[in-house]
Amino acid sequence: MDRFVFLFSAGLARGAVLALFALSLVIVWRAARVVNFAQAALAVAAVYAAFAVTAATGSYSAGLAAGLASGALLGALAERGLMRRLGANAPLPGIIVAIGLVMVVQAGLAIGFGPEHRPMHPPFSQRPFVIGGVPVLSPYDLFTLIAAGVVMGGLALLFNRSSLGLQMRAAAFAPETARLLGVRVSRMVTLGWTLAVAAASLAALLLVPNELGLNPHAADLLFVNAFAVAVIGGLDSPAGALIAGIGVGLLGSLVTGYVSASASPLAVLALLTLVLLVRPGGLFAAKEARTA
Amino acid sequence: MRRLSIPLRALLITVLAIGGTFGLDPFRNYQLATAAACFAAVAGLTVLVGLTGQLSLGHAVLMASGGYGFAFAASAATGPAILVLAAGLLGAVAVSGLLGLLLGLAAARLRGPYLAGLTLALVIALPSAANTLPIGGDQGLRAPFLPVPEALTALIAVEQWHAWLAIIVAALAVTPLVMLRSGRAGLRMRAVLDDETASRLSGVDPGSVKTGAFVASAVPAGLGGAILAIATQQVAPGGYGLAFSLLLVVAAVVGGLGSIGGAAIGSVLVVFFPWVVDELVAAAPTDLGQRLDGNLAVLVFGAVIVAVTVLWPGGAARLLDRFLAARPRRFATPATNTER
Amino acid sequence: MTALACHDLTVGYGDGAPVIDGLTLELGQGDVVALLGANGAGKTTLLRALTGLVPTRSGRVELGGRELARLSTEERVRRGLALVPEGRSVVVELTVDENLRLGGLWRHKHKARKAAVEEMYALFEPLARRRDAAGHTLSGGERQMLALARALLARPDVLLLDEPSLGLAPQVTAQLLGVLRESAARTGLTVLLAEQNVTSALSVAARGVVLSLGSVVADRSAPELAADPALRHAYLGF
Repeated sequence: MDRFVFLFSAGLARGAVLALFALSLVIVWRAARVVNFAQAALAVAAVYAAFAVTAATGSYSAGLAAGLASGALLGALAERGLMRRLGANAPLPGIIVAIGLVMVVQAGLAIGFGPEHRPMHPPFSQRPFVIGGVPVLSPYDLFTLIAAGVVMGGLALLFNRSSLGLQMRAAAFAPETARLLGVRVSRMVTLGWTLAVAAASLAALLLVPNELGLNPHAADLLFVNAFAVAVIGGLDSPAGALIAGIGVGLLGSLVTGYVSASASPLAVLALLTLVLLVRPGGLFAAKEARTA
Repeated sequence: MRRLSIPLRALLITVLAIGGTFGLDPFRNYQLATAAACFAAVAGLTVLVGLTGQLSLGHAVLMASGGYGFAFAASAATGPAILVLAAGLLGAVAVSGLLGLLLGLAAARLRGPYLAGLTLALVIALPSAANTLPIGGDQGLRAPFLPVPEALTALIAVEQWHAWLAIIVAALAVTPLVMLRSGRAGLRMRAVLDDETASRLSGVDPGSVKTGAFVASAVPAGLGGAILAIATQQVAPGGYGLAFSLLLVVAAVVGGLGSIGGAAIGSVLVVFFPWVVDELVAAAPTDLGQRLDGNLAVLVFGAVIVAVTVLWPGGAARLLDRFLAARPRRFATPATNTER
Repeated sequence: MTALACHDLTVGYGDGAPVIDGLTLELGQGDVVALLGANGAGKTTLLRALTGLVPTRSGRVELGGRELARLSTEERVRRGLALVPEGRSVVVELTVDENLRLGGLWRHKHKARKAAVEEMYALFEPLARRRDAAGHTLSGGERQMLALARALLARPDVLLLDEPSLGLAPQVTAQLLGVLRESAARTGLTVLLAEQNVTSALSVAARGVVLSLGSVVADRSAPELAADPALRHAYLGF
């Protein structure tokens, strides 16, 4: 039981990071109908910026701010510089260009900073609190949960309660109608990428101290799992990303704890396959448009 | 007329390629065998993407499955080398075909990004699967060594013999694919790509076409895995990771999606170019060289596929067509408008 | 004063024959003009070209005397040109209220927007009852009503309407066009109304322009047009 509580709470923190990253994928998907395969590479590039600033100033929050800012900038650049140039309604070129971007960014980081893993120190202790003799969350886990929760809550408010969010949703759902209502759709798409890559950078920044260290591939597995999460939840559904993120985080933690670490990707693959076979558009998919 | 000429052309190209091995040293012949393996897999991938619009990021796993199938069946078989080889190839076809069928059944129900996600998860899960299933873990399996036949021992080295086998197996893998593509099945695939609803209304079931296309694409990839197993005498999950899977995509994109000739160009490129770059980098100072080693080629590949997709969607095949004058293009390469 | 004008406008798709061929048209301030013509005459293409959704090959489009050619659709809209496109222009994923607010975001500040939305609810009673309903639950008539309300909310100078009567019951059409006529009379709104339903269009409009194969073949007052059997037979099919 103690073990279960520990694994459960650890899974919760993992799930929050997963959900945040998956949400960032959903934001790009909704804004541009593209799965941004380069999200992890761009996020890790932003984490390098955060790492450099923290190393120079000694302040974690300065690094955090620098990481978010560079994530936002990279997102905007990727959209304005590359994705915009591709034809609409064609996911394939978007995926291929994003894959090319991954290769460029990861190889560029490896060339610029060297391939070695750089240890990143968390701002809070990673030693779990012990409550009633049972180890539960660590302060850093708690920080992770709160940070991810605050950002996801903020994004939900932005999208559902603000005029800007209304314009972004309209631009995503019906670009032509939105333009006819005076919504500057291309700015909304850029803004979507900006927010998404910034959110992804935060997720990567929260994750890296729990991993082996910062390296160009530090967020690869996060991306794959978050993509699985987004697909399980339904690419169009922010709520799906949150629920599936927590679910997959818990599943991964419990399978790692009770079976083995190497069984965890298989469990995610099995869950993904199962969900896709039962509901091809994900759990919270919107109804498919009529075709005939 | 054209149906007849495909096997003849394949035979001609195969003979030419085998003749070409005499001009290469053993290491080049080993690289040629690797390129032939990639060619088989990329041909499968390019037909899948170009004709049905389904992007698989998991063709490395299909190759691995073929390699494992080869290793299992060839190790189990006893008798002359030709029997061992045949058993191994059958094993490769069976295992990769089966995995392709399973993926194809899933693919029939999934749209672009969902399928890409599933195949991506498959690549990431391969090392776990290797450690969970009885297939040798990270060490992988050994595949039997196929020695040079006695009649030829005086003439060629083992690397050249393996290059021959690689060329022949690649030809066996790709020729049926080309025939399939230029026949009715290819027509059905293009119909499904253009408009699923319309093709359904004309009596073509998009689901079974997509499943069939996936199987037809998986088997050449599996045979490509078998080639690698012949050339290296082993199969291990480490060789079939995400980086390799993405290289296959690079080869297909650079060559021009949907084009078999492009697949050949792309495969040669992804095998030889990194090697050339690494040779050049070896001349650089140690520290810089260490950083550039392996990364520079990836950087260039990434930049190239971005540039090709943004500026030159037809890939090398289109370039080739320009050179071969205004020959009408029989197979459009639909880099856009694939799925909605 | 001219509210909207186009001179020598030519529009086509790909390298096909032009769909709009050297068309010149002027709408005076406060005019309500019916744009008539058979299927394929180029009505929809003209409206989409005026709003910049379809690129023009040559010619000029002016709104209140200012050239629009270089402006994107959203900037044209923000200068007072509105289009209610044919069919389903409601964003079905958003609620009725969100659809309405969306129409006025660039025009009104927060408080004024609220007032403008309430004004539209007063004008279109059925919408008020369904504020929080998602767009996809609306009937065809309600959708057309919402699309019209959303366009009026932004107080455009010129309103382009594409086949508002398509697929609607005659009674609903009459009600919609009634509201349109009242609003135009009250606010001095200039309206270009593309319709295949000639009778109902001419009942609202003071002037009718008949398109055929991308050119203007008749430009008369509404009563004259309605009374000219030769023209009706030739271009309007009744």
